[in-house]
Amino acid sequence: MTRSRIFKNLYRDSVALMQLSARLEAMEGISMASALMGTPANQAMLVEAGLLEAPLPEAAPNDLVLVLRGEEGALDGAVAAFEKSLNPADTPKKGQREEEAYGSVAEALRHNPEANLALISVPGGYAGAEALKALRRGLNVMLFSDNVPIHQEAALKKYASERGLLVMGPDCGTAIISGAPLAFANVVRRGKIGVIGASGTGMQEVTCLADQLGQGISQAIGTGGRDLSVAVGGLTMRAAIGLLAEDGETEIIALIAKPPAKEVAEAVLEEARKTQKPVVVCFLGAPAGSYDQGNLVQAHSLEEAAHKAAELAQGKAPAYASPAGDDLQIQRQSASLRARLKPGQKYLRGLYSGGTFCYEALLHLQKLLPALAGNTPVGSVQKLADIHKSVGHTVIDLGDDDFTRGKPHPMIDPAQRNRRLLQEADDPETAVLLLDVVLGYGAHPDPAGELAQAVAEAKKRSAAHKNGGKDIVYIGFVCGTEGDPQNFREQRAKLAAAGFHLCASNIQAVALAGAVLGGLTPAPAPPLASQSGE
Amino acid sequence: MKSLISSELSVINAGLERFAEPLAARRKPVARCRWQPPAAGDAALGWKLARLVGHPKIEAANKIAYERYLASTPLLAGVETAGAVIPAMQGRKLLLHSGPPISWAEMCGPQKGAVAGAAMLERWADSPEAAARMAENGEIELDACNHHNAVGPMAGVISPSMPLWVVRDAVNGARTFCNFNEGLGKVLRFGAGGPEVLERLRWMGEHLAPVLQKTLAATGPMELKPLMAQALHMGDEVHNRNAAATSLLFRKLAPAALAGNVADEKELAAAFGFIAGNDHFFLNISMAACKLMLNAAAGVPGSSMLTVMARNGVNFGIQLAAFPGRWFQARANYIEGLFFPGFSQADAARDLGDSAITETCGLGGFAMAAAPAIVQFVGGSTDDALRNTLAMKAITLGANSAFTLPMLNFGGAPAGIDARLVVDTGILPIINTGIAHKEAGVGQIGAGLTTAPLPCFTAAVEALYEEVGNAQ
Repeated sequence: MTRSRIFKNLYRDSVALMQLSARLEAMEGISMASALMGTPANQAMLVEAGLLEAPLPEAAPNDLVLVLRGEEGALDGAVAAFEKSLNPADTPKKGQREEEAYGSVAEALRHNPEANLALISVPGGYAGAEALKALRRGLNVMLFSDNVPIHQEAALKKYASERGLLVMGPDCGTAIISGAPLAFANVVRRGKIGVIGASGTGMQEVTCLADQLGQGISQAIGTGGRDLSVAVGGLTMRAAIGLLAEDGETEIIALIAKPPAKEVAEAVLEEARKTQKPVVVCFLGAPAGSYDQGNLVQAHSLEEAAHKAAELAQGKAPAYASPAGDDLQIQRQSASLRARLKPGQKYLRGLYSGGTFCYEALLHLQKLLPALAGNTPVGSVQKLADIHKSVGHTVIDLGDDDFTRGKPHPMIDPAQRNRRLLQEADDPETAVLLLDVVLGYGAHPDPAGELAQAVAEAKKRSAAHKNGGKDIVYIGFVCGTEGDPQNFREQRAKLAAAGFHLCASNIQAVALAGAVLGGLTPAPAPPLASQSGE
Repeated sequence: MKSLISSELSVINAGLERFAEPLAARRKPVARCRWQPPAAGDAALGWKLARLVGHPKIEAANKIAYERYLASTPLLAGVETAGAVIPAMQGRKLLLHSGPPISWAEMCGPQKGAVAGAAMLERWADSPEAAARMAENGEIELDACNHHNAVGPMAGVISPSMPLWVVRDAVNGARTFCNFNEGLGKVLRFGAGGPEVLERLRWMGEHLAPVLQKTLAATGPMELKPLMAQALHMGDEVHNRNAAATSLLFRKLAPAALAGNVADEKELAAAFGFIAGNDHFFLNISMAACKLMLNAAAGVPGSSMLTVMARNGVNFGIQLAAFPGRWFQARANYIEGLFFPGFSQADAARDLGDSAITETCGLGGFAMAAAPAIVQFVGGSTDDALRNTLAMKAITLGANSAFTLPMLNFGGAPAGIDARLVVDTGILPIINTGIAHKEAGVGQIGAGLTTAPLPCFTAAVEALYEEVGNAQ
C-alpha cells in the first residue's frame, strides 16, 4: 500500500531529500520512497511513477510531500524516521559549535558586508530570482543551478555587465576563485594560468592536467553552457576575459567551450585579442587553423589546452599535440588489448559522468567507429531510441538530465552508473568499457573504490557464466589532483588493481578505446565541418 | 560593486549546504543561508520580486516614507464627537467599522452585533432586528474607519455621537481618531448591544468625554511618543498590554483634572475610577497615535512600506505607502492562543480589529520583547518573545529609536514593514491580539498570536511591480 504525507511550508533541497528517500527505501518493508517539494512538476513525476493517483490538491510548491509504498506495518516507522531526520538539529552533536545560518542572502550580507560572491544552488525555477537579488545588492554570482530560463540568464548577465559584476552560470558546476574551490572543483596549486570555461568537467580536466604538469591556476571562471549562445552573446566570457586581462597574476588565458555561433565567437575573440596575453582557445570540434592568429593558440582537445597553456607558462612555444590512433604506444597497447577479446565481443560502451568528456569522446569516436550511438549526440552520432539500452557502439552521458531527473548526479552517487556497468558487462557483445572518474570537492568520497567494486562484481558474474566468461577491456582515466580530498594517486591505484587500463587524460583514453575497436585507425583529427552553434 | 578577484573572496552560500564545506575547510569566509522559496513558491512572482529588490525608485521612496514615519510627532490633542470631526457622517446614517470595507451581509457576528448596538445607541433603531434591516437595505451606511483617518479595536464601530480621541501631528497638523475603550466583558466592540452596554456608552459620551475634554484643555497637547516609550520600558507593548501606559496617562490627567476643577467630585470619581479599572484604556490612544505616524508615511509613490494592517473578522487588509486607500486583502487568520475558562478554538472569531495598526507601527507583536508579562501568549518564555521581535527585523526597514526595548540592549523596535521583504523571506508580521467570540456580544474569550496572511503581501508586490517594476 502507499501513503502520502504533506509537511506544510517546509523546504529542503532536492539533494537532501534524495538522500533521505534513499535511506527510507533501505528500510525493511519499504519498497519505494519519494520525498519532494510539492511543485506541479514534482507531483506529476510522482503520478508518472505510479506513487500517486493524482496530484495532491492541498500540496503547494512550498510544502514537502512524502510518498511511501510498502507493507502496512512498516509505513508508520518510516514516516517517523523521516520526521526525525528532518529535524537533526534537535540532537546536536556534543561539542559541535552551532554554525550561524542566516535566513536569507540579504541577512547574510548585512552581517558580512565584505561578501563579494553569492554561490547559488537553489532549484532552477527560483535560482534566477535569487541571482538577480544578489546582483542588485552588489554581489557577483556563481549560479550552480540549472533549468534557469534563458531570458532570465540574459537579463542577469546584461544587468551584471552594465555594473562590472560577473555571473558564472547558470549550470556552472565548477570555479576556482583566488585559490578557493567552488562547488565541484579540484584542489589545484595557484599559478599563472587563468581558465574560462563554458563546461564544468572541461575546466576540471584542464585545471587538473595543468596542476599535474606542475603549473598552477590563477582563476577558473565558469560561464555556464549557454553563455556563448546568440541569446546571451557570451557576456560572461567576455567580461571574464576582461577581468583576467587586468589580473596581474594571470599570464596565460585558456578558453574552453564548444564552438560558439559565428558572431558570438567573433565578439569573444575580439576581447581575447585585446588582452595582450597568450590565449589558448579550445573550442572543441572547431576545425584546425580556426583560432591560431596573433596571441591566439588553438587547442583541439582539453588535454592539448592544458599542455599548451603549461608550455606557455614555462615560456616555451606551444607545440604539444594529443596522441591520436597512429601514435606508436597507443597502437602497441591497443593491439595487446584487442588480443584478449573473444569472438563476438565487438562493441565499445562508454559510460561517462562528465558531460564534456562524453562530448569530446563522441567528437573523436564518430570518425573511428561505425554507427556510434549516444543520448547526447553530436555530428553523425545516432540518438539512442532507449537511453537505458545500448546499441552497437554506444557512449552515454549519465550526468545528462535524462538520467538525473529526481536522481543524484553520477559524480555524487555512482550507484546508477554501476548498475549500468553490470548491464553492459552482461552483454556478450561488449568488448571495451570506457569510463571517467572525476575527483574534487562535491564528488563522491571514493568513486574509484565504488567503481572497482562494480568491476569485481561484473568479473565474478562473467566467470560464473557457463561459457567460461569473457574478458572485458576496461579503459579509464582519473580527473583530479594530489590535493583532492579523494587523492589522485590512491584513486588511480584502486582502478589499476581492478584491472583498468589507465590513461593520462580523456582524449588518450578515447584514442586507445577507438584504436582497440577501430582496428587500423585513420589519420588524426580530420577537420570537422564547421559547427556553428549548439 | 565589488570585484570578484581583486578583493579577498568572501562567499554567501544559498542552496546546497555542502558547498560551504570546502571553503570553511580552507578558512575562506563563507556565510550560510537557510534558503526558502520566496513568494510561497510562486517562481514567476519571485522573479518579479527580484526586479524590485534594490530598485532605486522604491529605495528612495521607502527612505522618504520611513523618515516621515519616524519624524511624525503625535500629540493627544483633545476629545471630539465623531459627527463633528468626520465630515462624511454629516447628514447620513453612517457607521464606521474596523478592517477593510465589507458589506453587512458578509460581516462577522461581533461586527454585526456592534453595528446593531451602535444603531440603537444613535436611536436609529429600537431593536437589533430593526437595525439589521436598516443595515441590509442600505438605510444605515457602512464604511471602514481607515477611510476616515480613524481606527477602532475589534468590531471597531464608530457612530456619530461617540466621543473620539483626537491625535494631532505636531509636524504637519494632520489628525487621526479612535473611539474610547469600554473595558472588558459585555462591550460594543465584541458585538454586545444590550441595555447595560448602551447605558455605559451614553455615560462615556455624556460624562466621561466632557471630563477628559476639559482635562486635556488644561494639560495642553500631550506628547505621546515619550509616554509610549516609557510604557515599553515598564512592560507594555501598547497593544495587548497597556497597564503601564494607562497608569502613566492617569498620572498626567488626574492632577490636571483636580487642579483645573473640571467637574464635581462625583463626576471626577466616576471618570477616574473608570480609567483606573480598565488596563486597556490607553490602547485606543496608542492606536490613534500609530495611525497618525503611519499616515505621515502614506502617499509616497513607489514605497513598499506598509501603512495599514486591519481586519474585519472576515478579511485581512493591508495598504502600502505607495497606494493610499488601496486595499490588498486575504482571508483573515484564526488566532493561536490561550482561552478563558469555558472557551475553545471552536468559539473563536477570525482575527478582528484595527489594532494591528500598532504592529504596523513597530509595536504590539513587533515589540513583544518589551512585555514579559504576557509571554504566555507566545510560548511562555521571554526567549520566545525576544525571538519574535528579532524575527521582525528581517522584514522591516529599520529600528525606531523612539521606541527602545531593554531586552534588545535598548535597540529600537523593528519598524516599517517592507512588503517585499515579507514576500521574499516568507516571514509574516506577528500580531498580538485578543480573541473575540464568533457570536455577537459574548465578548473576549482569550488572547494570543496570529500573523498577517501572505496573499495580501503577494498581491501588493504584484501591484508595485505593475507600477514601477516594468520601467527598467
